[in-house]
Amino acid sequence: MPTVSVNKQQLFDLLGKDYTSQEFDELCFEFGMEMDEDTTEEALKTGEEPELKLDISANRYDLLCIEGISQSLNEYLERKERPDYKLSKPTTKLIIDKSTEQIRPFATAAVLRNIKLNEKSYASFIALQDKLHANLCRNRSLVAMGTHDLDSIEGPFHYRALPPKDIKFVPLNQTQEFTGDKLIEFYKSPEQKNNIGRYVHIIEDSPVFPVIMDSKDRVCSLPPLINSEHSKISVNTRNILIDITATDKTKAEIVLNILTTMFSRYCDEPFTVEPVEIVSEHNGQSRLAPNFNDRIMDVSIKYINSCLGLDQSADEIAHCLKKMSLHAVQSKEDKDILHVDIPVTRPDILHACDIMEDAAVGYGFNNLPKGEKLSNANFIAKPLPINKVSDIFRVASSQATWVEVLPLTLCSHDENFKFLRQSDNGDLAVKLANPKTLEYQVVRTTLLPGILKTVKENRKHSLPIKVFETGDVVFKDDKLERKAYNERHWAAIYVGKNSGFEIIQGLLGKIMQTFRTEWIADYGVAASGRGYWIEEDDSVKTYFPGRGAKVMFRSKEGAEPKQIGHLGVLHPEVMMNFDVPFAASFVEVNAEVFL
Amino acid sequence: MSDFQLEILKKLDELDEIKSTLATFPQHGSQDVLSALNSLKAHNKLEFSKVDTVTYDLTKEGAQILNEGSYEIKLVKLIQELGQLQIKDVMSKLGPQVGKVGQARAFKNGWIAKNASNELELSAKLQNTDLNELTDETQSILAQIKNNSHLDSIDAKILNDLKKRKLIAQGKITDFSVTKGPEFSTDLTKLETDLTSDMVSTNAYKDLKFKPYNFNSQGVQISSGALHPLNKVREEFRQIFFSMGFTEMPSNQYVETGFWNFDALYVPQQHPARDLQDTFYIKDPLTADLPDDKTYMDNIKAVHEQGRFGSIGYRYNWKPEECQKLVLRTHSTAISARMLHDLAKDPKPTRLFSIDRVFRNEAVDATHLAEFHQVEGVLADYNITLGDLIKFMEEFFERMGVTGLRFKPTYNPYTEPSMEIFSWHEGLQKWVEIGNSGMFRPEMLESMGLPKDLRVLGWGLSLERPTMIKYKVQNIRELLGHKVSLDFIETNPAARLDEDLYE
Repeated sequence: MPTVSVNKQQLFDLLGKDYTSQEFDELCFEFGMEMDEDTTEEALKTGEEPELKLDISANRYDLLCIEGISQSLNEYLERKERPDYKLSKPTTKLIIDKSTEQIRPFATAAVLRNIKLNEKSYASFIALQDKLHANLCRNRSLVAMGTHDLDSIEGPFHYRALPPKDIKFVPLNQTQEFTGDKLIEFYKSPEQKNNIGRYVHIIEDSPVFPVIMDSKDRVCSLPPLINSEHSKISVNTRNILIDITATDKTKAEIVLNILTTMFSRYCDEPFTVEPVEIVSEHNGQSRLAPNFNDRIMDVSIKYINSCLGLDQSADEIAHCLKKMSLHAVQSKEDKDILHVDIPVTRPDILHACDIMEDAAVGYGFNNLPKGEKLSNANFIAKPLPINKVSDIFRVASSQATWVEVLPLTLCSHDENFKFLRQSDNGDLAVKLANPKTLEYQVVRTTLLPGILKTVKENRKHSLPIKVFETGDVVFKDDKLERKAYNERHWAAIYVGKNSGFEIIQGLLGKIMQTFRTEWIADYGVAASGRGYWIEEDDSVKTYFPGRGAKVMFRSKEGAEPKQIGHLGVLHPEVMMNFDVPFAASFVEVNAEVFL
Repeated sequence: MSDFQLEILKKLDELDEIKSTLATFPQHGSQDVLSALNSLKAHNKLEFSKVDTVTYDLTKEGAQILNEGSYEIKLVKLIQELGQLQIKDVMSKLGPQVGKVGQARAFKNGWIAKNASNELELSAKLQNTDLNELTDETQSILAQIKNNSHLDSIDAKILNDLKKRKLIAQGKITDFSVTKGPEFSTDLTKLETDLTSDMVSTNAYKDLKFKPYNFNSQGVQISSGALHPLNKVREEFRQIFFSMGFTEMPSNQYVETGFWNFDALYVPQQHPARDLQDTFYIKDPLTADLPDDKTYMDNIKAVHEQGRFGSIGYRYNWKPEECQKLVLRTHSTAISARMLHDLAKDPKPTRLFSIDRVFRNEAVDATHLAEFHQVEGVLADYNITLGDLIKFMEEFFERMGVTGLRFKPTYNPYTEPSMEIFSWHEGLQKWVEIGNSGMFRPEMLESMGLPKDLRVLGWGLSLERPTMIKYKVQNIRELLGHKVSLDFIETNPAARLDEDLYE
C-alpha cells in the first residue's frame, strides 16, 4: 500500500476546511484511505510545515498526489464537479521505430502546453512520477516516464533502439557527455548503486538501448534510466513533453493519463492536454495519445441493490456513484441498466463489481443495512480428519506430561541433514530459491531440528525436558501438480542426565494405546491382529549405534506390517551439533496412518 | 501419646501447676520437654511459658584451679618457699600460663613486690601471714559457680573476666512453667497430620484428631504437560467456526503453484506480491504442472489478458510459465481457491474455514516472522449482500468478545468490495485493524464455473495477533518458533477468547 505525504494546510485549503485530526481521520476512513500519520507535533519542533501521511489503496493511481486526493475528496464531499478532461490539437509526433521491439516496444507521449507550476506543484509533479515508477511501473521495469522542456527540443520525435556506443549525450545533472555503454558503467558505480543503479539491470544486457531523440537527433532520454541535461525541465518550464516507454501497453497508457490529468489543471486552459501523434506503422498502432475517451460500462441496478441489500432508485445510486467520480445515467431502453461513465483517472474499474463497490462507498459501508439472511442452522460443521488425529496425539502427549512446542517449518539445510548425521540424496526436501537468511533453506522433512532448537533455547529449564510437536513436514513428489505434499508427523523428545530411552518407549506405547494399538511381543509374532512393535534398526545415523529402532505397525488382522516411524537414543554428535550437552531419546511417527 | 506426655499431665493433675519443668523432670532435656509441651498445647491440654536462665560451667582449666588453687596462690607459695624469685625465672618454674597470670594477679592483690635486684618477694602485708589462711578469691568464686549458688551476687565484671580467661563457659538453661489448659485431662489422642486410606477404610478417622493445616501456602509444584498457547487460541477459533457451521479445509499443503496462489485469485503477474522480496520461490522442485481443468485455465488466461465475464481484464501478456512457478503459499486463500473450484462441480451454499501456516519472505522483527498462521473463513451463498457480510462479521467477532466493529473500504486483488475490519482498542485508545474481508471477484468465481448469483464472502486475520494481545506478548518470536520459553508454555492460562480480548 503506497503512502503519500501531503502538505496538511495545502490539502485543507483545497478542501475548504480546517479539519481536526479526528474529523479528517473519519473522512479518510469512510472514503477508504488511512491517515497513517499527522506530523503536526514533529513539525513544531523542526519548524517544517506539517504533513499528513496517507495510505492509499494500491489500485488508485489517481490518489498518488495532492492534486488527485483533493479532487477526489472534493467530489466525495460534493464540493466540486468532476473535471472534463479535453484534448487540443496535436502539434508534434512521436515516431516509433521497429527496432524498439527488441527491448522496450511501447511508447507514448503528450504535451502539457502553457503550464504554470510553482514550487509546490513542481515538487508534486516530480513526486508523482517517483510514486508511479515505484508502484505501477514496478521500479521502471514495466513503464518509465521522462519529462522535457519542449521549447529546448524540436519534433517530430523518434523512439529507437540503438547500440549503446552509438548513443551519446549529457545525462541529467551531469556535465560530461557519455556514450550508452559508458553510462551503464557510471551508474553501476557504488555512489549510484542505490539511485539510478537500481534500474541498470533492465537494459544492460541488451545489445540495443531504447532512446528518444528529437528531429535533430538530440537524445532526449535513455529510458528507463535518465533524461538528458539538455531538455531538462524547471519550475519555470511552460511547455512540457512527457514521454512514456514501456513493456506493458496498458500500464503505459494509465501512467500517461494519470500524469496529464493530474497536472493539466495548471495549464492556461485547465484540464486540456495537447495530444501527440504516435506514428507506429510497423505494428499498426498509430494513434493520437493520450486517449481521453471516457469508458461507458453498463451496470444492472438490481445487481447493485442486491449486492448492497438496498432498494435504491437509479438516481439514488447515481448520486452515490457521483461522489466516487462515476457519472451514471439510467438507460432509456432498459430501466434496470445504468450507463456508467468512467473517467480516465479510474483505470481500477474493471468490472461491474468495482462500480458496485463505489456505490457502497458512496452510500457508506457503515450506513448499510445489516443483513439478517445468514443463518447458521443449515450447515453441518466438520473438522479436517488429520487435524482430529493430531488433536488425539496432542491431548495424549500433554496428558502424559509432555509440553507442546511450535518451531518453524523452515530450517537450514544443515539442520535438516548434516547436523542429524544424514546426507541429502536430493529426492526428499523442498528447497527455497530466494531466502533472505540461511535459517530458511529447506522445508523440514523431520520434526527433529525444530525440537532440538527449542531444547537448545531452553537449556536452562530444569531437567528432564520433555517436549512434543504435532506438525507438517514436506516431501517432494514429482507425480503431483504441486510437486510436493505435506505429511503430518508427531514427535517427542526426552532430554536429561540419562537418555530416557525406556521413557520415550513408554510414551510411544501410551500414544499407541490411545489409538487402539497394543504392543505385540516377539516383534509382531505373538499376536496376529492390530498392533505395533519396535525393531532394532541402525540405518538412521541420527541415533546412537545399537540404540535406534523402527516403529512397526500392523493396522489389522492380515495387514502387511509397515514402518511408521523410528525412535532411539540421539547420537552425541547430534546433541552437540545443536548445542545441547545432555543425553536424549526421540521418537517420530507418521500421524497419517491413523486416519 | 508418649509416656513423658502422660507423665507431664499426671504431674500437672497432682500439682495443679508445674513451676519448673527443670526441677520436676530433671532427667529430660529442654528440647524433649518443649516438643512434649507443644504437642499437648495443640490439644489444648495445657499452657506453658518459657524461662531462659543463664548458666556457667567451669572449663577444664577452671576445674583445675578449683582443685589446686589459683595461679597467684601457687606463685606466692613458691616465693615463700624460696624467699625471692628472679622475675625471669617465674616462667621457667611455673610454666608460661601459670607464671604470667599468677604474677599479674599477685601484684594486683598486693601480695608480692619487686626488690631492687629485680627479684620478687612477698609483700609486707603477707610477711607474717599463714598462707593457708589467705583467701583465694578466684578459687572460691569458681567454687560458687560450680555449686551454682547465688550467682547473681557475683560481680558481672568478674564473670566477664573469668569468661575471658576461659575458666568458665556460658550456657543456657531453658525451663518451662506449665498450667492447665482449657481441655485438660490426663488422657490424650495423638494429632494426625493426614487422612490416610487406613483411617477411611477402618473408620478410624472418627476417633482421631487432626493437626491444623497451614493454609497460607501454595502446595507442591506438580509435574504437568501443556498445550501451546497459540494452538489453544487456534482451538478457540475452530470452535467458533464449528459453532457457525464451518467445515475445516484441507489446508495441509504448504507448497503451491503460482497458479493457485496468485493467478486463480486474479492477482496479476506483475503484482508486487509476486516479487522475490515478498514470496518464497522454490528451486527444487522447480516447475509445477498446470491444473487439469483446461476450461478453467482458459478462463483465467482470458480474465487476465482481455477480460471475460463482464470484466475488461488487466490487459497484459499472461504467461503460463508464471503459473508453473512453485512457491510456499503466501496465504491460505490458495486452498480456498482450490475448494471453490471443487465447489463449482456442485454449487451450493457452503461454509469453509482453515487455520494454518503461511509464508512470507519478510525481514524478521518483533511483529513479523517468515511463517505465521492465517485464520480464514469462506462463505458461499446465493445473493448474499454486503450487509450480510457485515452482520456476519459482527456475529463472528462477537464470539471472540469483540463488538462495535467499523468497516473501511480497502483494496485487495481478489475481493471487491473489500473491507478492513476495525475495532476500538481501549488500551491504545484508537481503532485497530483486526481483520480483512470482502466478496470474491466475479473474475475469480465465474472462471471456476460458479454461478453468477452464488456470492462468496471471505475474511481473514492472523492467529498470532489476537494471541499476542490475549497473552500480552510483545515479540512474535516469543510466541512462535524455537525461541519460545517452555516456562511460558507451561504456565499460560486457558485461552478463552470471549474474555476481554481487545481491551
